[in-house]
Amino acid sequence: MKTHWQILVVDDEEVMCESLAAWLREDGYVVDTARSGREAVEKARERDYAIYFVDLKMPGGMDGIETMMQVRHLHPDASIIIITAYATVDTAITAMKEGAQEYIVKPCNPEEISLLVNRIIKVKNLQRENTILRKKLTRQYCVHDVVSKNPRMQEIMALCEEIASLRSTVLIQGESGTGKELVARAIHNAGDRASKPFVAVSCAALAETLLESELFGHEKGSFTGANHQKQGKFEMADGGTIFLDEIGDISPKLQVDLLRVLQDRSFYRVGGSEEVRVDVRVVAATHVNLRQAVAEARFRDDLFYRLNVIEIRIPPLRARREDIPLLANHFIEQLSHELGKEISEVSEDALRLLMDHEWPGNVRELENAMERAMVTCRGAILTAADFSFLAQAAPSPQSWAIPPGMTIEQMERLLIATTIERAQGNIKEAATTLGIDRSTLYEKIKKYEIPR
Amino acid sequence: MKYLYVAATPEVEREALAAVMERVATEFGGPVRGMELGNLDFAYDAGRRQYASIPVLEQLLQRFPQDASKLLAVTERDLYIPVLTFVFGQAQLGGRVGIVSFARLRQEFYGLAPDREVFLERSYKEALHETGHLFGLIHCPEGECAMSLSTTVRQIDSKHNAFCAACTAKLRRHMGVPA
Repeated sequence: MKTHWQILVVDDEEVMCESLAAWLREDGYVVDTARSGREAVEKARERDYAIYFVDLKMPGGMDGIETMMQVRHLHPDASIIIITAYATVDTAITAMKEGAQEYIVKPCNPEEISLLVNRIIKVKNLQRENTILRKKLTRQYCVHDVVSKNPRMQEIMALCEEIASLRSTVLIQGESGTGKELVARAIHNAGDRASKPFVAVSCAALAETLLESELFGHEKGSFTGANHQKQGKFEMADGGTIFLDEIGDISPKLQVDLLRVLQDRSFYRVGGSEEVRVDVRVVAATHVNLRQAVAEARFRDDLFYRLNVIEIRIPPLRARREDIPLLANHFIEQLSHELGKEISEVSEDALRLLMDHEWPGNVRELENAMERAMVTCRGAILTAADFSFLAQAAPSPQSWAIPPGMTIEQMERLLIATTIERAQGNIKEAATTLGIDRSTLYEKIKKYEIPR
Repeated sequence: MKYLYVAATPEVEREALAAVMERVATEFGGPVRGMELGNLDFAYDAGRRQYASIPVLEQLLQRFPQDASKLLAVTERDLYIPVLTFVFGQAQLGGRVGIVSFARLRQEFYGLAPDREVFLERSYKEALHETGHLFGLIHCPEGECAMSLSTTVRQIDSKHNAFCAACTAKLRRHMGVPA
């Protein structure tokens, strides 16, 4: 991990310059040397070095401080270590004030230099990793990369771009697996908040008190086990976006708290008396019909109107079947790389099967099905046989009889209970089979009081 | 036929020199020859009361034997490079000459009772380390490998008197030995 980092040693004394360079090269770094401030600036113009070791006293009108200032002008984040044989408090203060990362007096202990270089490189590695991951994440959730030729989806993506830089609250509605979080991330990444945090919270996964502490944080000693102060998700998302998934499942008390945050952009940590102000954009999502929940007095109407400033309804996959071939190819491309398999396409018969399937779990179910088929596929083309599990998972209506008078809720309860039993209580596996996420499954288990 | 040379300054104890030569021969698998060096007074810095390693390496290059593949010198003198307070040794990375100082490998240097076993063990490790640099090996992240960086005797003591598997493989490649 260290060989790609380059270091520049700047000193007018050749022996000083070359001996430090040689010592650092033994550590695997690529080290350049410069014999004057001017030469150092020229070299910094050509490339950015991870660390600059700069001697404080150099002749020729450009000393170490001046060299450092010019290098920092070219590379504001440069890590510069000033070296001097004549240490005074004044020079140390000047060097640090002008942006030197460290100030060392030569000769210095080898351990000191080694620890210093390691510490800087460790930070550089983390910064680089962070930049790469951020770029990856942004690319993964970019508005233009959403795979769809469905007119409704294209309207949604156009709307996402339009509203990306606003602070207005967004409510995304859609069945499980339709990609609500993906749309929320696309909105975040297309706007001014892209460089700030995107914090996702699943409201269905946690009990009321836990969710309250999760969202707003807590003060030390506010409840048993609160051993230290904890930041809540709203504070973590300051400057960025908070994504509240399954908002329809929050308790009446939390509905009030959330309403206050949306109105005032401020809140109190659990057990706290100090008001915390945040600049957060709220994007909420739900698979339940919130209008109906409002009509049935299960959800506060004032909160609903606060959330529903911009409404996005994502159609289920069965309502945009023209996207199935596109999505199938997209997943082949993505998963071939991840799974290390060379699969090129889906055969015609397999595609027909995919087009005919109902996809109750929507795009997530399709993605899982593609992965499962690709894992077991032995050739370069996915055939209908590779998707035989789809037929087993969803038997044709003729193959079993629906008891007379059975309601949709009863049927759902039966389906969930049977699937959990078949998965021997493994919720993750059961959720995958059902094509829904775990939080939705937990919420349904709670709703139907299914024993586990 | 090229030889790996181990040269010593006059004050180096011959028994210790022989032990280091044997260890280097075992690890690098080739014939090792001995060589006598003069004293290092020319490299003495009265202000620091230490010996500069760079002029010593320059002199070693001048005295490099025709039949040598690499030349590793050992001395009892305390060595330094200008920017550091001391070095346990120095070698040209992938080059021809290197040197190891025994001075700070002895317990006496730290005001402790002499311990020959500890001293020899440290000498082997540093000789392997600097010779590894001569064959192009850089510092190894594996803390127990002889090629890991040591800036204190505590670190020398915590590593093994051998190369890790990865460094051994690299060494074989650099030496042109089939894996």
